[in-house]
Formats: sequence, structure tokens, C-alpha cells
Amino acid sequence: MLSYTLRRLFQSGFVLLMMSFLVFVGVYAIGNPVELLINPQADDAERVRATIAMGLDKPFYAQYLAFLGTASTGDFGRSFVFNVPALSLILQKLPATIELALFAMMIAVVVGIPLGLIAGLKPDSFVGRAIMALSIIGFSLPTFWVGLVLIMFFSVHLGWLPSNGRGDTVDVLGIPVSFLTWDGLTHLFMPAFNLALFKLSLLIRLTRSGTREALLQDYVKFARAKGLSNTRVIGVHVLKNIMIPIVTVIGLEFGSVIAFAIVTETIFAWPGTGKLLIDSINQLDRPVIVAYLLVIVSLFIFINFLVDVVYSVLDPRVRLGAQSGGGH
Amino acid sequence: MIYARRIFTGLLATVPMALTYAVTSGAAAQTSAQTSTQAAAKPAHARDISIGLQAAITSMDPHYHNVGPNNSTLRHIFQPLVAPDENQKLTPALATSWRAIDDTTWEFKLRKNVRWHDGSAFTADDVAFTLKRVPNVPNSPSSFATFTKPIIDVKIVDPHTIIFKTAFPHPLLPSDLTAVAIISKAVGEKATTDDYNSGKAAIGTGPYKFVEYVANQRVVVKANYGYWGGEEPWDKVTFKMLTSPAARVAALLSGDVEMIETVPTADISQLEKNTKFALSNKVSNRVIYAHLNQHQDKAPVFLTDKAGKALEKNPLKDLRVRKALSMAINRDAIVSRVMEGRAVAASQLLADNFFGTSRKLKPAKFDPEGAKKLLAEAGYPNGFAMTIHGPNNRYINDAAIAQTIAQFYSRIGIEVKVDTMPSSVYFTRASKLEFSYMVLGWGTESGEQGSALRSLLATYDTTKGMGVTNRGRYSNPAFDKALGEALVTMDDKKRESMIQRAAEMAMEDVGLIPLHYEVSTWATTKALKYIPRTDQYTLAMNLKPAK
Amino acid sequence: MNAAAWLKRATKSAPSFGGAPRIESPLQRFWSEFSESKLALIGLMLLTMIILIAIFAPLISPQNPYDLSQLDIMDSKLAPGEKSGAGHTHLLGTDDQGRDMLSAIFYGLRISLGVGVASTAFALAIGLFFGMIAAYFGGWIDTLIMRVVDIQLSFPAILIALILLAVLGQGADKIIVALITVQWAYYARTVRASALVEKQKEYIEAAKVLALSKTRILFRHMLPNCLPPLIVVATVQVAHAIALESTLSFLGLGLPITEPSLGLLISNGFTYLMSGKYWISFYPGLALLLTIMSINLVADQLRDVLNPRLKK
Repeated sequence: MLSYTLRRLFQSGFVLLMMSFLVFVGVYAIGNPVELLINPQADDAERVRATIAMGLDKPFYAQYLAFLGTASTGDFGRSFVFNVPALSLILQKLPATIELALFAMMIAVVVGIPLGLIAGLKPDSFVGRAIMALSIIGFSLPTFWVGLVLIMFFSVHLGWLPSNGRGDTVDVLGIPVSFLTWDGLTHLFMPAFNLALFKLSLLIRLTRSGTREALLQDYVKFARAKGLSNTRVIGVHVLKNIMIPIVTVIGLEFGSVIAFAIVTETIFAWPGTGKLLIDSINQLDRPVIVAYLLVIVSLFIFINFLVDVVYSVLDPRVRLGAQSGGGH
Repeated sequence: MIYARRIFTGLLATVPMALTYAVTSGAAAQTSAQTSTQAAAKPAHARDISIGLQAAITSMDPHYHNVGPNNSTLRHIFQPLVAPDENQKLTPALATSWRAIDDTTWEFKLRKNVRWHDGSAFTADDVAFTLKRVPNVPNSPSSFATFTKPIIDVKIVDPHTIIFKTAFPHPLLPSDLTAVAIISKAVGEKATTDDYNSGKAAIGTGPYKFVEYVANQRVVVKANYGYWGGEEPWDKVTFKMLTSPAARVAALLSGDVEMIETVPTADISQLEKNTKFALSNKVSNRVIYAHLNQHQDKAPVFLTDKAGKALEKNPLKDLRVRKALSMAINRDAIVSRVMEGRAVAASQLLADNFFGTSRKLKPAKFDPEGAKKLLAEAGYPNGFAMTIHGPNNRYINDAAIAQTIAQFYSRIGIEVKVDTMPSSVYFTRASKLEFSYMVLGWGTESGEQGSALRSLLATYDTTKGMGVTNRGRYSNPAFDKALGEALVTMDDKKRESMIQRAAEMAMEDVGLIPLHYEVSTWATTKALKYIPRTDQYTLAMNLKPAK
Repeated sequence: MNAAAWLKRATKSAPSFGGAPRIESPLQRFWSEFSESKLALIGLMLLTMIILIAIFAPLISPQNPYDLSQLDIMDSKLAPGEKSGAGHTHLLGTDDQGRDMLSAIFYGLRISLGVGVASTAFALAIGLFFGMIAAYFGGWIDTLIMRVVDIQLSFPAILIALILLAVLGQGADKIIVALITVQWAYYARTVRASALVEKQKEYIEAAKVLALSKTRILFRHMLPNCLPPLIVVATVQVAHAIALESTLSFLGLGLPITEPSLGLLISNGFTYLMSGKYWISFYPGLALLLTIMSINLVADQLRDVLNPRLKK
């Protein structure tokens, strides 16, 4: 187990290095930040000064090496736009995005898996078919469109929920969270639901197909023959066996939920990292883009690692780090 | 599975603990907030208000980033010597009067009995310190040094009189100084940009005091009850940054904010019909225009004949072709259908009533037949193929404008392609002269047409600071001479007529194609009214209860 | 279950009352199983209609919305049923550039379907290949591929698209490349997970004992069993690809604005949703919804029919 973890850590370091290089190259290729930030009425001397101030006058490799040098001490440079350390800007906004993503995932799992189970157990009933139809609608519509329709209906038309922003926060272990206040919950609900809709539909479908397959397996027949109650058969045996693809998807999807939060955060003006990223991309604020990606990649790597560990717990047939045909 | 169960029950146990902790700390936070507001005295009628802004405010340091949204919001806390009114005419702010003693010397008399937010007195020392600090802000992506550079010497005569010497005659000095916020020497001497963002150094003389700044989210200010300019109707003002246009409108409709700026044109007719809201608008100092490639003599980029072969001559260098391209555009249709009436057809770089605009110039008449004739005269009876380039996230309806122009051109026989892209890509490439027909915008901060002509149409010469944003590289020596003389004429009347002559020269030569002036629109609840401004600033000082 | 056994079952004679045994071809059997679901049949009809519309769009549209000389800005934002200046009735209204919504939707279907299917197909093929190889060979091959997958999955689609756009320029082919780049890693990971499970099963061990070649084991034995979860994922991904394209359009990237896909039409009309001119965004959205729904209805039933694990 230890050697496996060490190997993963080493590989992760490599991944981070690759990422930082790719982002540097990418943002460099898009355009010149000075063009975007400089006041158009500034004269040439001003442009030269700004270019030097942002370190953009040096050749590309010199800029990258300088970045690596300071990055090893945890300093990812200062945002071109805000002039605050890029890393602290990201970390400041990260709790908001994680909170949104976690709630979205929670809604998707808590609503999706039971609905998918029902649809799988009674695929030809009216309820089963209705659930499937709704799930199709759920992932057919683009997130930004659904978001606006939600705002139009619940905020403008009914006036029940606020249309943007994050609610009051309280500090838990130094991190501000908003779901523990009522105001926070009302602000959280719509964006979380908007973000969850796609994953919800996906989970319903996956659970349904997994359930239908599992019900036909021998072990289910055997369990029933043994006289186990239906609840136990489904709740324990079936559920455990269909969890693998579901867990993969949840793990994978959490990452994509954070990525797709970008659009939701823009519509709902949710003060998270997604919104910050879009603005930074539009203004070519390279230090922030790099810091964001490195933080997110680290998060993904960690999640992937967790997912692999959970696999081995759930399915004894999967061995971590096993060679082909061998065993530990 | 046993482990999973144990972990799960463990987690369950922490939830009630977390909840109790949260509720008690939340309650504590609330009570402390209440006591602090009770301490400040406020008039009974003053109340809190929320405003939705279109762009993010990037810093609370007034000298860090010279960009419209920052300048607009920081005007609440800091003030310049001279301030523009809603028509960009110069009015006294921290300076009560100013005059040019000779061509290169100016005397400014400063206002007496002004106090900084921390109580200390405002004197000429603060002004001198400000001018020294402006060019020395570390990491500034766009500093204000352009405005203070002309001043080569500062002399303090007495605590309320100051003399500036300029390197050359600079009639626009007072106008330039409207951009420079004065900061306190005592506070600013050791302050960094971070200190301004945290509020420690955000001490100004303005009608509001700093309360809070959360990057990319909101700015909160509170009324300065000792303000020299009199009482404000608002106690606490919260500026929310709502960059998505739909979110901004939704926030107004749902009551989250009471005023928004930059109302999307699509929603204007709905809001006008809605009796709960009021709209106010004004022609701004921003013109939308097209720059034409005039520096390539042959085989211009993105311009070919209809078969795709490169052209021997650059058609855009022919005055007749430029005239035709201007005549082919139905500006009234763009104004009414694309901009929903929120624009004014343009004949030059600033709307009427701005300093230096010529009454003799009128928007080009829409005449597609005449345009086709001119094209034939110039040697292009069957037109040619051209790609129009424009941004899609910078100006109001920019992508739609580019497409509509393409429609008009396709009707006079030109095969048009439209390529719009995000500004992060567009401006870099446009400045590298990769395009032939560029849809662009320009907001003249000084309010005088001379500066616009200088930046956009003067021959490109960075050593002299001329034509810095002349992306078409239009070059007309006679125009350069006329403009150059105008820019150093100190007498206002003489300068105005000289600028008008220069403008007429450039427009008759179609140095660029002016399209329209943007009209800025603000929307408020019916109980409020906003006095609109040409500089597009959104100021709480211009917001009043509707009576 | 391999192909030989399936074929044998398929050709087994069905019982009949007296007379000679009836023989069904595999296709007939497939069809009779597929048509058990009425919903799937409706989906198939809808999908066929949509595909036909997409193919014959230039012949059946009242207007060519991509031809700038046919558009008139003065006809912009007409409500459904209104007449244009030239007297033509726009059944679904016009958009903000004067394009007839019906024609724009027909042409848009072409682009959206083409982009969605092409990118999903390629991404699936690439992801399948790498995922199986990673799972089967394990070791450093597995590690390398999965680390690349990690890097790939960490890049927000938007950043990839922006970079590709800046470097390559605009166009439908560039969008497809961007969508493939965004999606393949997802398939690779899912396939690898399935393949890892399959690898431990007895039939693979048996195949190895029989000294069958690696290619044969991979493609004839492992692949069919890894397919079912993939089919579910792929059907979702076609929808996802089309929605992703529309999100990229929303952010201003992607297809040229004079030749809008459904996604671009939706995002263009987005600004008008709250102002009462709903049709500019609503009808393309409806078309998108119907397209994706029909794809999935058909795919659902396909999957159930083909799934060996559902055979009773």
C-alpha cells in the first residue's frame, strides 16, 4: 500500500508539472495580456512599463523558469488584474465552489439513485417510464438555459428565492460556509440544483441500467431462494454490486461538476473560482489561470485516488496496482 | 463494510456539534454588527441601497489600474482636483479654480476646510505627494502616469495654492487631472496596493467612506457625514458585481438591487413598459467605428477577389472604395433594429455638444446604389471578397453589428465573411495588424475630440505618442499638421475651431468609418431616479429619490 | 457470450403449431425485440425525421439562413406567424438578424448533429482503444495512459477550446477537435474500470490458457463485455457534446456566427428570454430537446436488446 501511494504521489507531481507547462504555453498562445489591460489611451512608454511590470518582456522560457522557481515556495505570482497573490485569491474563492459542487452532487445522489432504483425495478410501469422521460429532459438542456429559466420562475415570477450571490456565511474551522444559515440555503438551492440536473439524470439512467442487469444475475435468484427479504436483497446485494460504475461516475463527475460550475457561477453570480476563471481567461490573467488549474488538478488527482481506494473496498475482484494475472 | 459504518456514524455525530457551533457564532456575528451601526449617527431619511455593476472592480487603490469601472467606483471615496459633471464639463472638486499663467505654467487654488476621512486636513502637500506616487505603483497593468507625465515641476506656494510647470503647452492639463485621485500624504506614504484593498489606506475626501471590498464580488461604502459637499441621501451603498447581463436584469426584477447600469438592449422595451421601473439614458463618449487597413499597398490580408486570388492593389487605399463602404451601411437600421434605439448615428468621433465636434459633418447617407457606382468607378464593378473582424464580448451588441454590416455589404456585391472572437484574442491580433476591416469602439475620456483624433487617426508614431491606437495606420500629413498645431493651442476658442477643421479633414477623407455613438442606459426602481452621465460612470451621488 | 453462440441462438427455430419449423434471421429477431417498446418506436420515427430534415435542409427550407444577401435586418425579431417586408410568413418568427427561425433550425440541426455524432464517435474509438490497452497490459503503460487521462480531465473544456480557437481559428472542424479532446479521456477511464473487472474473470483466464493472441482476447472477448456501460455513457455523451457546443457558443467560441448551429441559436436568443421574444431561443431549444430525446429513446432500447446480461 505504501509503495503504491508513493508511486501515485510521484506521478502526480509529474502531472502537475506537465499541466503548468501546457497552461503557460496555452495562455501565451492566446494573446497578450497587456493589450487587454492597458488603457487604450496610454502612450507607448506606459505599455513598455506595464509589459516589464508583468514580467512579459522576458523570453518565454525565462518566464516559465522564473515561475517554477517561485512556485516551489508556494508563490504562484500576483494576479495581473487584482495584484494580490494568485494562490490566495483562488483559495479564498474555492470554499464557495466546493460547497456548490458538493451540494449539487448530494442532490444528484440523494435524488438520483433512489429514482434510478425505482425505474430499474419497475421499468415498464408508468412511474418507471416517467422517471426515464424526465431524466432525458434533464440532460438535454444546456445548463445556462435551465439556470435562466429557474431564475425567471423562482426569483422574478414567484419571488421565492434570491436570484444571485451567496447568502450569509458562518465560519466552520476558519472556512466560510453558507449552508448552515437559512439565507445561505435559499441562495444555494437554485445554483446547486441547476448544476445537479445533468448528473442527476445521468445517475438515474446508470442506476436503472445497473439495477436491471443485476436483477437477472444468479446471486439475486440465490438470495431470494434463501428467503431474504426484498429490501435486503435490493438494499444490500444489488446496491453493492451496481455501485462500481456509479462510483466511477460520481468520482469523474465531481471533477466535471467543478468545471461546469463555471457557467452556473456566471449566471447566478456565485462568487466561486469558476467565475474567477472565466474572467481571468477573458483578461489573460495568467497567474490566476495557472494557480486555478494547479489547485484543481491536485483536487482531481486526490479524488481519483479516493475513487480507486473505494473500488478496492467495494469490489474484492479489483486489486490495486496489480500486474496482469498476478495477485498480492 | 464495518469500517464504512463506523466512519458513517462518526460523521453523523459531528453534525449536531457543527450545527450548534455555527448557530452560536452566527448569532454572535449578528449582534456585533448591530451595535456598530448604532454607534454612527445618521439622519432619519438616509437609507441603504444596492447597485448592480457590469464589470468587476479590480482594486481599491485609485492609482493601480486606469480602467472605467474602477475609476467610477473609486470616485465615491477619492476625489480629483477637477471633476467632470454629467456632460464631462470641468467643475471644481478639490481645486476651486485654475488658470494658465503662461503657456507652460498653471496655478491651481485648492479648496479650504476639507478633511480626510481620518479627520486630518487636506493641503497642497497631499497633491504634491499624489503626483509623485502615481507613476510608482508596482505591478500596475495600466497606470495613470500618462496624465501626470506632462508635469515636470511642482511648486507649493501656500497650503492651498499649487503651481505646475509642463514641458510643453498642454491645454488639456485640467482635463487630464480629472483622472488623478488625490490621496493623503500621511496615510499614503507607506501604503501599498494591498493596504488599499484591505481598507487600511483607503482614506479619501469623498462623500463615502470605505467599508468592505471583496475581489470580484462587491464593494461596500458608507456615507461620510462630514463631507464638504453636503449630505448624501444614502447611508450604506453596496455595489454588486453582476457581469452576466441576464443576471443583472434578474437582480433588478427580483428586488436584489435597486439600480443597474448597462441595461442589455434586449430588455429595454420590457423595462420601459414595466411601471415598477424607470430608465434614464444619455449619449456617451463612446463611438463604435470601423478601422480600415490602409498600410498594405498590395495583397492586403483577408481581402481577395471573388475567386480567392490575392489583389494587386489594396482597395481600401482608394477614397472611392472607402466612401462606398461607408455609404452602404444603413446606420438608422442598426440604431433602430440592432441597438433598439439606444444609439445615435455617427459622423465623427464624438457626439454633438462635445468639445471639438464639427456641425458641418453629418452621418453618411444610406445609398447602396451610389455605393455600387463608386465601386465600379474605382475598378471593382463586381466587388471583391472581404472578411470583417470584430469582438463578441466587448461592446454592446458588437457581434450583431458586425453581422449586420456584412448584410449591407453583401447587397452591394461584396462577398463577406464575418469572424468574431473574444476580446482576449481579438485585440492582440488587431494590434498586430492581422485584419483589414475591424469593428472597434473608443471612449474619449477627456471629452474633447482632439484626443480621439490623436489616438485613432494621427500617423502612428509612438515616440511622440501619436496614433497609438491607429490600427488602420491611416496617414495624412496635412491632417497631422493641423491636429498637431491644435493640440498645443492654449486658447479654448481657437483650439476648438482648429480641432473642428482637423476632424472635417479626416472624415472627408474617410480615415475610418464612424458607425454610431453608444447611448448608456441605467434602470432604477420607480422610487429613484438616476442623473445619467456621458462618461458612463455609475455614481451614487447621481442617484436621487424620485420626487 | 460470443458471436457464434449468439448466432446459434438467433437461428434457433421458434415453436409453431404443426408444420415446418420457422427460421428467423438475426435481423428479424433483433427488430421484433426492439419494437417491443412503443416509446422506442416513436423515438426511432422522430430520429429518422430529424436526420432526413438535416440531410435535405437546403431543399425544404423557405430561406437559406447562411446567405447574408437573403437576410434583411429590418425583418428582425418578428413574432411567429408575422409577415416579413417581402410578404413571406415566418412560421416560427425571425431572430435578431432577420433569419427565418424554421430555416435556421433545419440548417442548425445539420451542424449540431454532425458535430455531436462525429466528435462522440471519434472520442469513443480513441477512448475505447486506450482504456482497454491500459487495463489489459497494466504496468507502466497503464500508468502513463491514466496520467495523461488525469491531465486531460483536469483541463476545463473552455480553456482547451479557447486555446485551440486562438491557435487554429474558427470552424466546425476545430470545434469537433476540441470536443474530441475534451471527451476521449472520459471513455478511457470508464472502459478501463470495466476492463479491470473483466480481466479478473475466468473467461479471460481461460482464453489466456488457450494461448489466444492478445489482440484476439482484447477485441473478441473483452471488448463486447465492456460495451454495455459504454453504450449508456455514449448515448449521454452525444447529448453532452451538442450541449457543450452550445455552451461554448454561449461563451463566444466556436462556430462562425453567420452559420449558427442549434447551440449558437439558443445562446443568441438567450438575451431575449426575459424580454418577451421567447421564440428566438425557445424553438431551437425545443428542437435540441427532441433531437436528444429521440437519440436516447432509440439507444435505450438498443442497449437493452443487445445487452447479453439482460437475456432471460
